[in-house]
Amino acid sequence: MILGVALVLIGFWGLISRKNMIKMILGLAIAETGLQLIMVTIGYIDGRTAPILDGAVNTLLAVRQVVDPVPQALVLTAIVIGVAVNALMLTFVIRLYQKKQSLNISDYKDLKW
Amino acid sequence: METIMIILLALVMLAAALATIHMKNMISAILAAGVVSLFASVLYLLMAAPDVAMTEAAIGAGLSTVIFLLAFKKTRDEEVENG
Amino acid sequence: MVRRAFSLLLILALAGIFFSILKGWTPMTELSGVARDYVANEKEQLGAMNLVTAIVVTYRGLDTLGEVTVLFLAASGVAVLLRRKRDEAAATVKIKRAASEIVTTGASLLSPFIVMFGAYIFLNGHLSPGGGFQGGAVIASAVLLLFLAHPDYKLKHAVLNIIESFSGFAYVLVGLLGLFLAGGFLDNRFLPLGHFGSLLSAGAIPVIYVLIGLKVGTELATILENMKGRAL
Repeated sequence: MILGVALVLIGFWGLISRKNMIKMILGLAIAETGLQLIMVTIGYIDGRTAPILDGAVNTLLAVRQVVDPVPQALVLTAIVIGVAVNALMLTFVIRLYQKKQSLNISDYKDLKW
Repeated sequence: METIMIILLALVMLAAALATIHMKNMISAILAAGVVSLFASVLYLLMAAPDVAMTEAAIGAGLSTVIFLLAFKKTRDEEVENG
Repeated sequence: MVRRAFSLLLILALAGIFFSILKGWTPMTELSGVARDYVANEKEQLGAMNLVTAIVVTYRGLDTLGEVTVLFLAASGVAVLLRRKRDEAAATVKIKRAASEIVTTGASLLSPFIVMFGAYIFLNGHLSPGGGFQGGAVIASAVLLLFLAHPDYKLKHAVLNIIESFSGFAYVLVGLLGLFLAGGFLDNRFLPLGHFGSLLSAGAIPVIYVLIGLKVGTELATILENMKGRAL
């Protein structure tokens, strides 16, 4: 839990303080991993096993033997969406680079006045 | 035993995350981010979430590292071509 | 300098918020209401061994449909933004250094088995850890291996497009079948539940997961191909 929070903080620090756009996206990806870690930790119950009803788990007593599967399902979707969104952001970076030959965020001031 | 392992993994992940932000060499930074993902997947396995661990290992550590590397290569290549 | 101090302040504020949340957090000792219901009744209702799969495909099936849509939009966004202009494609016939023979032969030999492993993962998604997303990612990594070994390897776009649109269409169709023949949209019970724990069990869950696996695999492969472009 603490680790997840620390990762989120490091990631956002990277997002804000770096000037290289790929570094910023890397920071965002790390923050994402931290958030997913937090979510899995919320669903974890000490001393219980994975939510799969095989021989190791008595089906009738499953409620007392498995961890919470709902956050895990959410994180599953979050990871896949995360990588798709990262790919889209990197595509924008590539297009911007082809326009101006620079990865520095400070060079893109067209919308400032 | 498990607690010690989790703490060790956590320390490695924190170090790798800091390395990602502060390394000058971009390729090392991307690989460090991949290390964060990989150890996160081991951590998921310890926390009884094998599905999430598999997804994180295949997508987070594998594919997204490759996508970052490709994007980096692409921006570098143009630089060389345009002098 | 002002900018640096400001961002440090922002991070400290965020840390404060997280700390206040963390102070009030205690580890769970019992399953919460919805989760308890899912765990207790899943075997009778859906008959899948893997609870995470049951939640992803059926209980939260609509979310997954939305997620596949997001993935599709991201893939098409990448394709649109990185499309190659005609003159640009013609101008880049520079000779690339081919990989060594061992690498190319090994990659060609290995990639069918990687694809087969991916198919295994999503066929067994309702029995063991794994499923459509993981299997799709494994298939995409087989494509990646081919790309690395053969620098100018071309994907057959027509086949990929057909697979992708067919699986997306069939996913919605299976959902509608559930609406008409069983309880609701994406309900898996219009097929027999079968014997608990065998490959052909849990109603339509394996069908849906195979479709998701194909769709995710082709989409990730398309993203990889577009990102690769002529850079590799």
